[in-house]
Amino acid sequence: MSAKSTSLSSPAQDASAGQDEVLAPSNLVAFAGRMWAVLFLIALIVFFSITAPGFFDLFNFQAVGANMAVLLVLGLGQTFVIISAGIDLSTGFVMGLSSVASAIVMQALTGYPLPVIILLGLMTTLFIGLAAGAVNGVLVAYMRVPPFIATLGTLSVAEGVAYVLSGGPPVSISTRGLGFFGNGFLAYFHPEAGLSFLAMPSGVTGTAVRDVLGFFPLQVVYIVILASFCGWLLGSTRFGRHVYAVGGNPKAASRAGIPLAWTLFKIYVLCAVSASLAGFLYVLRFNGGVANAGDALMLSSVAAIAIGGASMLGGQGRILGTVVGALVIAVIQNGLVILGIDPFWQYVAVGAVIIMAVLVDQAKGRFFP
Amino acid sequence: MTMLAPHSVSGAASIPQAPHPEGLTPVLRCRKITKRFGGLVAVDQVDFDVYPGETVALLGDNGAGKSTLIQTVAGVHRPDGGTIELDGKEVDIPSPLQARDLGIETVFQDLALCDNLGAAENIFLGREVPGKAYGFLPGLNNARMRSEAKAVLSELHINIRNLEAPVRTLSGGQRQATAIARAVYWKAKLMIMDEPTAALGVPEQKKVLSLIETLKSRGVPVIIISHNMQDVFEVADRLFIMRRGRAVADLRAADTNANEVVRLMVG
Repeated sequence: MSAKSTSLSSPAQDASAGQDEVLAPSNLVAFAGRMWAVLFLIALIVFFSITAPGFFDLFNFQAVGANMAVLLVLGLGQTFVIISAGIDLSTGFVMGLSSVASAIVMQALTGYPLPVIILLGLMTTLFIGLAAGAVNGVLVAYMRVPPFIATLGTLSVAEGVAYVLSGGPPVSISTRGLGFFGNGFLAYFHPEAGLSFLAMPSGVTGTAVRDVLGFFPLQVVYIVILASFCGWLLGSTRFGRHVYAVGGNPKAASRAGIPLAWTLFKIYVLCAVSASLAGFLYVLRFNGGVANAGDALMLSSVAAIAIGGASMLGGQGRILGTVVGALVIAVIQNGLVILGIDPFWQYVAVGAVIIMAVLVDQAKGRFFP
Repeated sequence: MTMLAPHSVSGAASIPQAPHPEGLTPVLRCRKITKRFGGLVAVDQVDFDVYPGETVALLGDNGAGKSTLIQTVAGVHRPDGGTIELDGKEVDIPSPLQARDLGIETVFQDLALCDNLGAAENIFLGREVPGKAYGFLPGLNNARMRSEAKAVLSELHINIRNLEAPVRTLSGGQRQATAIARAVYWKAKLMIMDEPTAALGVPEQKKVLSLIETLKSRGVPVIIISHNMQDVFEVADRLFIMRRGRAVADLRAADTNANEVVRLMVG
């Protein structure tokens, strides 16, 4: 019993114990510990490549990338929140509300030119994100409401408004051509018509459309842009550095002159905007919005962040980690479907990976730095 | 439990005084500082000066008011009465941030470091050097911050191998040193250390004390709050002793001894 309690002691105690012993962990173990999510992703890809016929295929990989877009974008902003030692429970329904609101606006604009429809849809999305983020930010940063409670409140409000606006069923958009922005590719190739960009090769009609190959799904292009932006913001800017400081020791951050409340406020606005953009990607992909579009995705996005090495206690995490975490989840989902395993097992598999991620995180500092 | 000590009427004039350098402007000059918490007078009309290059130990039993006095200088509390002068100019210190801007650096007991960040990142926390990210985006100049951090640490003879490793992986002494290096780098005019050697092993305590000597040799005045009599006599030039919110003695370290100090502290 006593042995067990020692092994479960807090990381702080372990760290101080480590100084005296001067453990010299092999660099290999440390490297594997830091990179375990990447190694695990590679192992998954190898495993499914061997066992699941059709998994190891460029077009399947493109599908995995496009399918994970919404999940990843939901997780990008949440990564900042979790590093700041908070949580935003409302992202799933902020995403749902944004998808419903922008779908309603875009449907009402039917008949207008496509760029106008998309632009106003995007503006609606950003408005929802900024509004929800401002509410969360004021509550958490300025009124000192614990993030769990504040965002639980916003979750419920966003859910309610989304259902009131939509009346329940999905809001669909009848404008043609919108689907391209959600499901299109950067480049197309047809054996006879040749290569074309951002549109099917001209002259390809009827059943010949089936022979067209698409390269670089636009959904993947969107997430590459958004993830690069967030990666730069978190990893290379002053604001990003302050996010880590606020999550590591808010008192020290504030004594060092970092405006604590303002930094937190910006973090929650960023998170809600990224959730609303996830809703917009959903609208583009499915040509409509649903109130509960992101209901199940909120926790999956947190799972991706945890797998990516972020600490739920704050102060630690990276955008690249979240990308890897989202890839792990997307590959598991895809591989299990190809293997013909009941899709519900994916929850079990993802759950096991999350628990593994936490165990690896706890081993950090004890077995390797 | 007498609220009024016998010498209160004549004020600070009657307390044992160490001779102060003539004609030198004190870096810090506190006059009749008073701080009340409800009915409790935590600090009662205390005069307290610190001269350039000296190390002053602030001593007193628990509840003597030494922390409260220092917190009025560090901007944590606002005094209810009295004035604070820095380099001969009267100042208002409404916040810890303001104190830092004025050049008053406090190394708090809880260190005020972000455990998840490296030593260089901590030294530059809140005052990051701007630079470029990926060559074209606005970002931070991490290389410059690291080299400057390395320079100030080696100047203070502090050895930290990996400036990027989170400071939670450093020893207590190295962490304390990082906090002190931050103050030195930002050209502290006055350094306040709250129990700098508490929670450190003996070799680490020695290191921190020699660091205080280094600061002294650089002309940075240091106020240390400590319970450790040995530390106090090792580094302090002057001892300022408080009891129940009042100044009771201001002595040169060379003119007194631990027994007398303890007697003054307890009363």
